[in-house]
Amino acid sequence: MTQLPQSTERKLGLVIDLDTCVGCHACVISCKGWNTENYGAPLSDQNAYGADPSGTFLNRVHTYEVQAEGAAAQTVHFPKSCLHCDDAPCVTVCPTGASYKRQEDGIVLVNEDACIGCGLCAWACPYGARELDKAEGVMKKCTLCVDRIYNENLPEEDREPACVRTCPAGARHFGDFADPDSNVSRLTAKRGGMDLMPELGTKPTNKYLPPRPKDQLEQTDMLAPLLDIVAEDTNGFLGWLDQQLSRLPGDNKQRGK
Amino acid sequence: MANQPQIDLSPKVSDEIRKTTCYMCACRCGINVHMKDGKVAYIEGNRDHPVNKGILCAKGSAGIMQVNAPSRLRSPLKRVGPRGSGEFEEISWDEALELAISWLKPIRDNNPEKLAFFTGRDQSQSFTGFWAQNFGTPNFAAHGGFCSVNMAAGGIYTMGGAFWEFGQPDWDHTKLFLLFGVAEDHDSNPIKAGIGKIKGRGAKVIGVNPVRSGYNAVADEWVGITPGTDGLFVLSLVHLLMRAGKIDLDYLARYTNAPVLIDAETGLFLRDDNDKPLVVDRNSGQLAAFDQQGIYPDIGATYEVEGKTHRTVMHQMADRYLDDKYAPENVADTCGIKAEKIRAIAAEIARVAFDESFELDREWTDFRGEKHTKMKGRPVSFHAMRGISAHSNGFQTCRALHVLQIILGTVEAPGGFRFKPPYPKPLEAHPKPHGNVTPCAPLDGPHLGFVHGPEDLMLKEDGSPIRIDKAFTWENPMSSHGLMHMVISNAHAGDPYKIDTLFMYMANMSWNSSMNTGGVMEMLTDKDENGEYVIPRIIYSDAYSSEMVAYADLILPDATYLERHDCISLLDRPISEADAAADAIRWPVIEPDRDVRGFQSVLVDLANRLDLPGFTNEDGSAKYKNYADYIVNHERKPGIGPLAGFRGDGSDTGRGDVNPDQLDKYIENGGFFVEHIPTEASYYKPWNMAYQDWAVGMGIYDAPEPYLFQLYSEPLRKFQRAAEGHGDRQPPEHLRARLKHVMDPLPIWYAPIEDSHVDTDEFPIHALTQRPMAMYHSWGGQNAWLRQLHGHNPLYLPTKLWEQHGFAEGDWAAVTSAHGSITVPVALQAALNENTVWTWNAIGKRKGTWALSEDAPEATKGFLLNHLIHELLPAKGDGLRWANSDPITGQAAWFDLRVNIEKVNAPIETQPAFDPIKSPVGTGPTNLKWKVGQ
Amino acid sequence: MHPAPSVIIFTTLSGLGFGLLLWLGMASEAPTGWEAFAFFAVAFALSVGGLAASTFHLGHPERAWRAFSQWKTSWLSREGICAVAALIVMGLYAAALIFFGRHYAILGWLGAWLSLGTIFTTSMIYGQLASVPRWNTSLTSVLYLTLGITGGALLFGKVGIALPLLLLAGAVQIIWWLTGDKAFAARGSDLGTATGLGEGGKVRSMAHPHSSPNYLMREFIYVVGRKHSQKLRAISFILMAVLPAVLLLLPFSHLFAIVAVLSHVAGVAVSRWLFFAEAEHVVGLYYGMR
Ligand SMILES: Nc1nc2c(c(=O)[nH]1)N[C@H]1C(S)=C(S)[C@@H](COP(=O)(O)OP(=O)(O)OC[C@H]3O[C@@H](n4cnc5c(=O)[nH]c(N)nc54)[C@H](O)[C@@H]3O)O[C@H]1N2
Ligand SMILES: Nc1nc2c(c(=O)[nH]1)N[C@H]1C(S)=C(S)[C@@H](COP(=O)(O)OP(=O)(O)OC[C@H]3O[C@@H](n4cnc5c(=O)[nH]c(N)nc54)[C@H](O)[C@@H]3O)O[C@H]1N2
Ligand code: SF4
Ligand code: SF4
Ligand code: SF4
Ligand code: SF4
Ligand code: SF4
Ligand SMILES: [Mo]
Repeated sequence: MTQLPQSTERKLGLVIDLDTCVGCHACVISCKGWNTENYGAPLSDQNAYGADPSGTFLNRVHTYEVQAEGAAAQTVHFPKSCLHCDDAPCVTVCPTGASYKRQEDGIVLVNEDACIGCGLCAWACPYGARELDKAEGVMKKCTLCVDRIYNENLPEEDREPACVRTCPAGARHFGDFADPDSNVSRLTAKRGGMDLMPELGTKPTNKYLPPRPKDQLEQTDMLAPLLDIVAEDTNGFLGWLDQQLSRLPGDNKQRGK
Repeated sequence: MANQPQIDLSPKVSDEIRKTTCYMCACRCGINVHMKDGKVAYIEGNRDHPVNKGILCAKGSAGIMQVNAPSRLRSPLKRVGPRGSGEFEEISWDEALELAISWLKPIRDNNPEKLAFFTGRDQSQSFTGFWAQNFGTPNFAAHGGFCSVNMAAGGIYTMGGAFWEFGQPDWDHTKLFLLFGVAEDHDSNPIKAGIGKIKGRGAKVIGVNPVRSGYNAVADEWVGITPGTDGLFVLSLVHLLMRAGKIDLDYLARYTNAPVLIDAETGLFLRDDNDKPLVVDRNSGQLAAFDQQGIYPDIGATYEVEGKTHRTVMHQMADRYLDDKYAPENVADTCGIKAEKIRAIAAEIARVAFDESFELDREWTDFRGEKHTKMKGRPVSFHAMRGISAHSNGFQTCRALHVLQIILGTVEAPGGFRFKPPYPKPLEAHPKPHGNVTPCAPLDGPHLGFVHGPEDLMLKEDGSPIRIDKAFTWENPMSSHGLMHMVISNAHAGDPYKIDTLFMYMANMSWNSSMNTGGVMEMLTDKDENGEYVIPRIIYSDAYSSEMVAYADLILPDATYLERHDCISLLDRPISEADAAADAIRWPVIEPDRDVRGFQSVLVDLANRLDLPGFTNEDGSAKYKNYADYIVNHERKPGIGPLAGFRGDGSDTGRGDVNPDQLDKYIENGGFFVEHIPTEASYYKPWNMAYQDWAVGMGIYDAPEPYLFQLYSEPLRKFQRAAEGHGDRQPPEHLRARLKHVMDPLPIWYAPIEDSHVDTDEFPIHALTQRPMAMYHSWGGQNAWLRQLHGHNPLYLPTKLWEQHGFAEGDWAAVTSAHGSITVPVALQAALNENTVWTWNAIGKRKGTWALSEDAPEATKGFLLNHLIHELLPAKGDGLRWANSDPITGQAAWFDLRVNIEKVNAPIETQPAFDPIKSPVGTGPTNLKWKVGQ
Repeated sequence: MHPAPSVIIFTTLSGLGFGLLLWLGMASEAPTGWEAFAFFAVAFALSVGGLAASTFHLGHPERAWRAFSQWKTSWLSREGICAVAALIVMGLYAAALIFFGRHYAILGWLGAWLSLGTIFTTSMIYGQLASVPRWNTSLTSVLYLTLGITGGALLFGKVGIALPLLLLAGAVQIIWWLTGDKAFAARGSDLGTATGLGEGGKVRSMAHPHSSPNYLMREFIYVVGRKHSQKLRAISFILMAVLPAVLLLLPFSHLFAIVAVLSHVAGVAVSRWLFFAEAEHVVGLYYGMR
C-alpha cells in the first residue's frame, strides 16, 4: 500500500489564501474538534491544565514577517496542514502500509489500526504535517476530512472539510485539482498558487495563494489631481460652495426629477 | 490500490443537533450543537444564522472544552477565610439566597443606593437594569464605560448609531474599507467574513493601527499610526477633502445639520416654535424647519436678523477644517504618518467615493416627501473600535471619524456604512439617565441614557454625584454607559459616599477588567479601624473559578452558556444585520451536572423574595417563575417584550401579545428570529419613510423619527456654554477650562491626557494591548485547547527599540509607567509603530485560578499590562488626581499608557507575582482524551 | 533531530552486531564450539539488542510484525526483513558451528550479505530522507557500512584489517561531517521556499502556532551549539578511530584490545548522538529554528 498510485482519479486538496488569512486559528480548533470526535483516535492533550500543555493538532497557524529592503514589514498568517503530496515521502517510508495515498482522490491517510507509531513518516514529511499522538501511540494527520466530504449523513453543502466550512475569512478553499475548471484550479491559476518547498520534489497538492502586493498607494502619482484645491482665492471654499450649490438638484430648475 | 483499506466514509455524525447561540464572546453566532449519548460532541456554526452563516471562530469551536472545563464552579460558596484567600465553604442555594436577602432587604428598605449592582460582559442588560431599577438603586451599569462608550456615545450623538456592533460596512458594495484601531471587535466573525468577501472582489482594505496583525495584516495598506493621534489624521483627511471639494454637498444639505443655522450669539441652533432646528430653504430663500415637506436646505446660507448674521454649520466647518493646522505636513510628525501617505489616502478615498459612485435602482421616499428613483452609492466604508475609543480623546476622535464619513455621504448609502436595527435611532429617542431614589420603591426610570445638556446630569442638590461611579457629572458629563472601572475605588474611598453591598456579575474586577489591578485587590481586602471590610459585602456571580471569586463573600455560581436561557433582545444588543432585525435565545441544550443556576433566574428569584414591584402581580404573587418565564411574559410596553419574534399566535412580529410557546418557536427556528427589512427601506434609513414605518411596525419606534446627522453637536455646545458661565448649573472651577476646551461642538483633536501628566521624555513609549482572536479575555485560559495557542504572552517591541536596547530572543524587560513596573518576556515585531509596544490582552493568570496548576505558563510567563495603568493619572502638582479617562464620557483610557523599557536578567517568573489563591475547584486533569459517544 | 537514546542505541549496537556477523559469516576459518558461541553471543546480543531498542519508541510494538510488509517501498521494512533474514541465516550458521562444528560457508556468505544488507538498509532509513539534508546522501550509507565493518573487524579481532579500516572509517566520518555541514544550504531550502514568501523580502518567524512546544518541535528541532558539537566531534573521532588504532599498534594485549573495542563503540555512540543532534529537519524552518 505504501506504493504511491501512478495517478489518482481526482486530486482533492486545499487552496489557502495568504492574502486573506487573518490568523484567527478557527481552522485549527474546528479541525481539533472534528477530528477528536471522528476519524480514528481522539486528538489527545498532555498537561492540559498544567505547565507546557501540548496536544495533537492536524493544522497549525504560523505567523511570519516579510520585509523587503526599505519597505514596511508585512505580517503573514500561515496555516499549515498536510498538503496531500503527489509524491508523498511519508507514504513510501511507512513500513507497515498504514500510510497510504488513496487511488480515487489522492488523499493521504493513516490506517491507525495498522500503524506501529514508529514516527518515520513524520520524519519524512518536510512540512511538519504529521503528529504522533502521545496517548494513542499512532500517527495522526489531516485526513482532508475524508469522513465529511463524502458523508451521506451530512447535508450536501456540509460535505467539505471542517476547517474550510468554519474559516471566517473564507481563506480556505476545497476542491479537485484534477479538474481544471474547479474553484481551486481556477484560483490557483488566477492568483499564482504556489508550492511549498518545491525543491524537495514532493509535489504538494495543496496550493498557497501569495499575498497581494501591499502598501502601493503612495507610489501612485495618478491620484494627485483628485486633491486639487477647488478655489485658491481668499473666500475660495465659500465661493466654490456657492457655485456648486447652484448645480445641485436643490436649485429650482433641477428639482423634482 | 489493491489492498487500500476500506473506510467508513459516512460515519454517523451525531444523534441530534441542538441549535442555540454561542457565548464564547459577544458576537453571538448561531451554533449547531451535535449531541451524542446526551453529551455535547461537536460544535459547528449554524449556516442559517444571520450573524455567522455557518462560520465559527476558534473560541466557538472550542466551546465544548468550556462547557466541560474543570474550572466550573460547582455550588454556592460562602467565604470562610479572609477575603482574597479563596477559602470557601459550599452552601445550599436556599442558604445562599437567604443570606443575600438578609443583606439586600435592609438596603432596599432604607438606602437603596447602598447597593451597587454592576454587570460585566453579559448580554442581558435590559433585564439586569430592570431588576436594578425595581430595586431602586441608582447604582447600576454594565461594562460599557471601560469598554467602548466613546464609540457608542460618539456614534449616537453624531449619527444616531455607532460602529461597535450596531452597524456594518455594506460588504456587498463597498470598494474601499478603512479600519481604525480594531484587532477583533464584537462583530468579529462578520468582519472577517466581510473582509474575505471584499477581498474576493478585489476591493481594497486600509488598516490604521500601530500594530500590523490580524485584520491589519491582510490590509492592502497599513497606516502604522502613533497611538492617540487618529483624530488629527482624520481631520487632516477632512481638510484635504474639503479643500478639494470632494464632499457630498447634496447629502450634507439633505441629511445632516450642515445647513442648520447656528445662533451667532449662543452657538445653539436657531429653532422654530416647535423647537425644530431651522434651515434656509434654497427654493424660497425662507427659513424653514429642517423637516418641512418639499424644502431643499441651503448649506451655504446666512441669515441676518437684528444686525446679527447667523451662519450654517457648514460655514463653521469650513472655518475650522480649512485651517492649515490640519494640513498633512503639519500633522505628519504627530501622527507618525508621512504627509504623502495622508495625501494619497485622501485622494484614494475621494476617487472611490466620487469616481466609483454608482446607483441602485430602488425607489424610495424621504422624510420631506421627496421621491427618489435611485439610491446613490458611495462605496467607501469605515469601521473603528477600541483603538479609537480607549483613549482620553476618543469621543472627539470618534466624532471626527463620523464627520469624515458624513461629508463623503457614505453613511447609510449603498457601499458605505449601514446601521443595524434598532439603529438608526436619534438621540431624542434614547432615554435620559435617572437617579431619583426612594427607599423601598423603584428608581424613577432607567439608569443610563443620553444627556442633552447640563440639566440632565446626575447631580444632587448640593452638586455632589448621585451615582457611586460619578457618571453624568461634570467630570464626565456624557458617560452614557456608567463607569464600572470607578466603582471599587470610589466605594473604597467613600467618595461620593459609602456603600454597603457590591453586587457584581460576570466581571473579573480583581484582575483583567480593572486598571491598577494590585490596588484593586487591596481595596477589596482593606479593613477600616473597626476591623470591618471597607467595602462591607460583596456578592458575585461567575461561572468559573476566576480571580474575582476569591474577593467575594458570597458566590452565586452561574450555569454555562449551553445550560441556561438567555435572551439577545432588540431592547438590548440584538443580533441584527443591516438588512434585518434579528434576535436570539440560548436554551439549556444540556442540563448542568453541578449545583449551579442560571444567574438571571437567580435574579428573578431574588426579586420575588424581595417583592420587587416589576416582578410582582397585584395580588402579591410572583410574576415570573424564572428567566425563561420572564423572557416570554415580560412586556416593556404593551405588545413589546424581550423577544420580537413569534408573538401572539406565533405569526406576529415586533409587536404582539405574549405567546406562551414563543421559546419553542425559537428553538424550532434554530434559536433565532429574523425579520428582513423591505428592499425600498434598506438604505438611507434615518430619512427613508419606508424604513421609518417598518421600524414603527416592529416596535422599534413608537412613531417615525427621521432626523439629521449632527456634524455640530448641540448637547456638547450646551456643556461648553455652561463652562463659559451661562446657565444656572455650573461646573466646578477646576473643570471649567477643560470642559470649555473638550466639549467642542465640532470635532477637535487634543493629545491624550496622560501625555500632559507624565514626562514623555521619561516615558517615551506607547504601550497597548490587543485581543487575541482565539481568546476571550480571561476565560479562554481555562480552555484546554485554546490555552495551547496563547498560554503566555510576550511584549512585542518594534525593531528600533529592539536594537536600541540590544534585545535578543528569550530576553526579558522591565517595563515601567508612572504608576508601576512589570518584568516580562519580550519578542520582536518589525511591523509595528516604532514607538509602540504591545501584548495580548488578559492572557496572564493569577496562580491558583481557573483550575490551572500553579506553574501554568499563564501564571509564570503570562502577564497583564493592567498593573501599569491606574484609574487616576499621576499627580500634576495642582492638588488634584485627574481621572485616566475621557473627560466627556468617562471612558477608561487604557491605551493612553506611556512606559519606558529596560533590559533585565530573566527573573524566575513575570513580575509582579501575587500569592496563589486557594482553588475552590482543585486543578484539572493532566491528560485529556476527549471523545463522547464511544 | 531529537537524539533519542533508542535510536542511538539501535544504530550503534546493531551496526556493530551485524558488522561482527558479517565477519563471522565471511570467515574462512570460522570459530567453532565455545569460541563460536562466545562470538555469536556477542554478535546476537548486539544486533538483537539494538533492534529491540529500536522498538522502544514504537507507539504499538505489538504490531511490529506489520513492519515486514512494505519491502517494495519502505527501507524500514526492508531493514526489518534483512535483519530477520540475517539473524535466521546466521542463527543456522552459528548452530552448525557451535553444536556440530560444521562450517557451511555458503550459509555464512549468505548471512554476511544479509548482515551487510541490514546495515545498508538501516543507513537508508536515514539516507533516504530529503527532509533531513545532512543525512540525505549516499555517504550516509558509506559511513554506516564502514563503521559496521570496522566495528565488526575489531570485535572479531582482525587486527590487521581493523587498523586500516579504522583509518578509513575516521576519514569517512570526517568527510561525512564536512559535507554534512554544507548539506542544508546546498539543498536550497530556507524559510523563503518553505513559505513561498521569499520573493517578497526577508522572511522571519514572528510567532509560533502555539505558545508551548509541540511534538514537531520536540522531535525535529534540537539545537547543539557549534562549539559543543566541534568538541564532541573531536571526542568521537579520537575514541572511534585514533585511540583504537594506537592501541592496536601497541604490542597485542587482551586488555588493550578490549579497551580499543570499547573506545571505538563509545566513539561511534558519540558520533551517532551527533548524527541525530546535528541533523536539521527542514520543518525547523517553519519555526524559525533550524
Ligand atoms: N489592559 C487592558 N485591560 C482591559 C482591556 C484592554 O484592552 N486592555 N479591555 C477592557 C474591556 S473592553 C473589557 S470589556 C474588560 C473585560 O474584562 P472582564 O469584564 O473582566 O471580562 P472577562 O475576563 O471576559 O470575564 C469576566 C468574568 O466573567 C466570567 N464568566 C464567563 N462566562 C460566564 C457565565 O456564563 N456566567 C457568569 N456569571 N460569569 C461568566 C468569567 O469567568 C470572568 O470571571 O477588560 C478590560 N480590560
Ligand atoms: N477574540 C476576542 N474577541 C473579542 C474580545 C476578546 O477578548 N477576544 N473582547 C470583546 C470586547 S469586550 C471588546 S470591547 C471588543 C474590542 O475589540 P477591539 O476594538 O478590536 O479591541 P482591542 O483588541 O482592544 O483592539 C484595539 C486595537 O486598536 C489598536 N490601537 C490602539 N491604540 C490605537 C490608536 O491610537 N489608533 C489606532 N488606529 N489603533 C490603535 C490596537 O493596536 C488594537 O489593534 O472585542 C470583543 N471581541
Ligand atoms: S480560519 Fe481561515 S482566517 Fe482563520 S487562521 Fe484559518 S485560514 Fe486563516
Ligand atoms: S504534507 Fe507531509 S504528510 Fe502530507 S502528504 Fe506531504 S509529505 Fe505526506
Ligand atoms: S508511524 Fe505509523 S504511519 Fe507512520 S511510518 Fe510508522 S507505521 Fe507508518
Ligand atoms: S481538512 Fe479536516 S483534517 Fe485537514 S486540516 Fe482541515 S479540518 Fe483538519
Ligand atoms: S465570534 Fe466566536 S466566540 Fe464569538 S459568538 Fe461567534 S463563534 Fe462564538
Ligand atoms: Mo469590552
